[in-house]
Amino acid sequence: MTQPPDQTAPSRLALAHVSKSFPGVKANQDISLSVRPGEIHALLGENGAGKSTLVKIIYGVQRADEGQISFDGRPVEIASPKAARKLGIGMVFQHFSLFDGMTVLENIALGLDESVPAEELKARIKAILDSYSLPLDPDREVHTLSVGERQRIEIVRCLLQKPKLLIMDEPTSVLTPQEVERLFETLRQIAREGCSILYISHKLHEIKALCEAATILRAGRVVATCDPRTETTQHMAELMIGAELKHLQRPTSSKQGAARLSVERLDMPGEPPFGTSLKGISFSAHAGEILGIAGVAGNGQAELLLALSGEHLAGRADAIQLDGRPIGLADAGARRAAGLACVPEERNGHAAVPDFSLAENVVLTARHRLPLAPSGLIRQGPVERYAGEVIARFDVRTTGPAALAGSLSGGNLQKFIMGREIGQRPDVLVVAQPTWGVDAGAAAAIRQALVDLAAQGSAIVVISQDLDELLELSDRLCVINEGRLSPARPVAGLKLEEIGLLMGGVHGESHQAESAHA
Amino acid sequence: MTAAILVSIFMTLAAAATPILLAALGELVTEKAGVLNLGVEGMMLCGAVAGFAVTYSTGSVPLGLLAATLAGVAAAMIFALLTLGLGSNQVATGLALTIFGIGASSLIGAGFVGRTITRLGPLFPADYAAHPWLRLVFGHDAIVYLSLALVLAVSLFLRRTKAGLILRAVGENADSAHAIGYRVLAIRTAATAFGGALAGLGGAYFSLALTPMWADRLTAGRGWIALALVVFAAWKPGRLLAGAYLFGAVATFELQAKAAGWSFIAPEVLAMTPYLATIVVLTMMSLGGRTGGRDAPACLGKPFPAS
Repeated sequence: MTQPPDQTAPSRLALAHVSKSFPGVKANQDISLSVRPGEIHALLGENGAGKSTLVKIIYGVQRADEGQISFDGRPVEIASPKAARKLGIGMVFQHFSLFDGMTVLENIALGLDESVPAEELKARIKAILDSYSLPLDPDREVHTLSVGERQRIEIVRCLLQKPKLLIMDEPTSVLTPQEVERLFETLRQIAREGCSILYISHKLHEIKALCEAATILRAGRVVATCDPRTETTQHMAELMIGAELKHLQRPTSSKQGAARLSVERLDMPGEPPFGTSLKGISFSAHAGEILGIAGVAGNGQAELLLALSGEHLAGRADAIQLDGRPIGLADAGARRAAGLACVPEERNGHAAVPDFSLAENVVLTARHRLPLAPSGLIRQGPVERYAGEVIARFDVRTTGPAALAGSLSGGNLQKFIMGREIGQRPDVLVVAQPTWGVDAGAAAAIRQALVDLAAQGSAIVVISQDLDELLELSDRLCVINEGRLSPARPVAGLKLEEIGLLMGGVHGESHQAESAHA
Repeated sequence: MTAAILVSIFMTLAAAATPILLAALGELVTEKAGVLNLGVEGMMLCGAVAGFAVTYSTGSVPLGLLAATLAGVAAAMIFALLTLGLGSNQVATGLALTIFGIGASSLIGAGFVGRTITRLGPLFPADYAAHPWLRLVFGHDAIVYLSLALVLAVSLFLRRTKAGLILRAVGENADSAHAIGYRVLAIRTAATAFGGALAGLGGAYFSLALTPMWADRLTAGRGWIALALVVFAAWKPGRLLAGAYLFGAVATFELQAKAAGWSFIAPEVLAMTPYLATIVVLTMMSLGGRTGGRDAPACLGKPFPAS
């Protein structure tokens, strides 16, 4: 009898010929992949390529129609998320599975399978937060936290369970470069301790920096596997979208037009108990210009957007001016009619009504600018035509204008909402996180559409935490920090690290101090 | 002498508050799990008639209380089967359950109208409660003590236990709870059953303790008051207790005023006071109670899985 040579340990996770169909869609077809112990493995693909379905199968949320899953060399049936966690699989979801009305501590306790006394759990959470330098107050209620802070809850929830395989679904989409770097150090440390990581992201340079292997999906099938450390991002992106990637086309002449949106000494108290007050915000956005506003989540971006959109009114009419007309006391509908459109950060429930169809969601914001309901009666034809145009132009993957907004994946809804606003050709467009959750190909299309809109004479304000995106898009950039806005500086000549320190480094400490007081 | 009267008024007050407290406490747990069961009145009537029928036939009040609890659970399970199992609309189904309860209790109770039983007596022997003030502590029947203990138990359960946390999570965000791996429908069914059990028990309190004689529609709309109380209490058991006793006080005032023969208030107006008080309190709550906190479970009344 000869022993088989023990050159390699069995794969931590191995999928063989996994397929899954939904009515009308083959989400996964014949997918095979294997993840070694301690490996950071990237899963790459466009929206709708089947990544989310695949990880849901691995985490036991959905069942595969066909195929075999092995964990640590043994074939397993993963019937439920609980079974997955029992095997040692943890997952950070793209759509956070959090409970808004409950505290951070309660949210984390819910994700644990064993009962831990509250005080002990708090101590364990504090230990993890400290060792990974994540500022987060366990006693705050989730609905008072920013998107970035909510994500930390999910990460801590997984780390508490000491997983053997950690699935990260788009974990960095809302983090600053410094935070991303810190997260990567954390992930590398976890991997060194022997835990495998399945990492889903659209950001190819992150995958290059972090991952040792990559499986690329397109339309539900594996199209390639590669080593991202030696592969170019350009090539990976092209494998992913199955076509050549377009570069951002900027107009050559960079003349600055007249100021279209002017904000002067805008003050606004934050909503108690955790809102950030805006203090003396002044800036102007000119025709043909994209103005970027960088900053770590929770520094007043949400409040600034509410003040600009008209959901919160400014104290004086002349605090906000559109083409010289004071609009500080006009409500959101009046501002839209005047030509100021806003895209808030929260897609479902704020930018769109999840239980309404896409066509109905078009009527809600576009009726001011487009003749969709001129006498109060909705004109079905034009509404559906406009919704159809948006779907076609921005490649929204959906069944059509009648689909419910809530049925779209995050990235697809994002594409639809961006398209809905850009298509109205507003004079001023204010956008928070324009490419949140959108894959590389579609993100390029959205950025191009923003640049084109500016070229036609609109002024655009982009509020984002993604510095790469801001540097690529913006003509000028300012940083918001604790409710104050820095003067705008031309992007040409600015260094990434410089801005990153301005928004993250100094602020990080004071933020931690705040959390300790709260 | 005055002490005896005051104590006697409070005893009436506690007795009036107890069935509403029980039904509302059950509904609170049901709603915390995200299920809006508007059939409280129907479940109370089912409990009332089942309790009366069994006690009348067997002569045993404890058996009657047990039967009432089971009848409440049975009615709640009809609701659970329709709304949780078959995905029917919770509001419509709850209203139907109330209508069903009214009809079923009339039908079953037809043969019992006017019959009397020996009512549920005080839990402790009479010599414990010889002094009026001691009567305040030891003079109640077992259900009053049980209802108070349940308030404490439910409060601790919801705030301090893992199971309570999971129940709240299901009411707060059913999809997330499912994604984490909790059995949403099973938890909601259990919470609905608990609500039915307490509603049945509360109903039986009418027929076995308050008026030991069967009459049609014995609960007289108290199930609706219980529903309103849950909102009034902002889904908090402690405030529910205060609300139920406040309501008991108003109901007692009505009785006392009638007994005292106050002729300057029309008896119809007096009969309205408990319901008027409910509306006034609910209005004041919604005007003054905006503290920025979110009280109602976020998934209240929403079907799972969303269709």
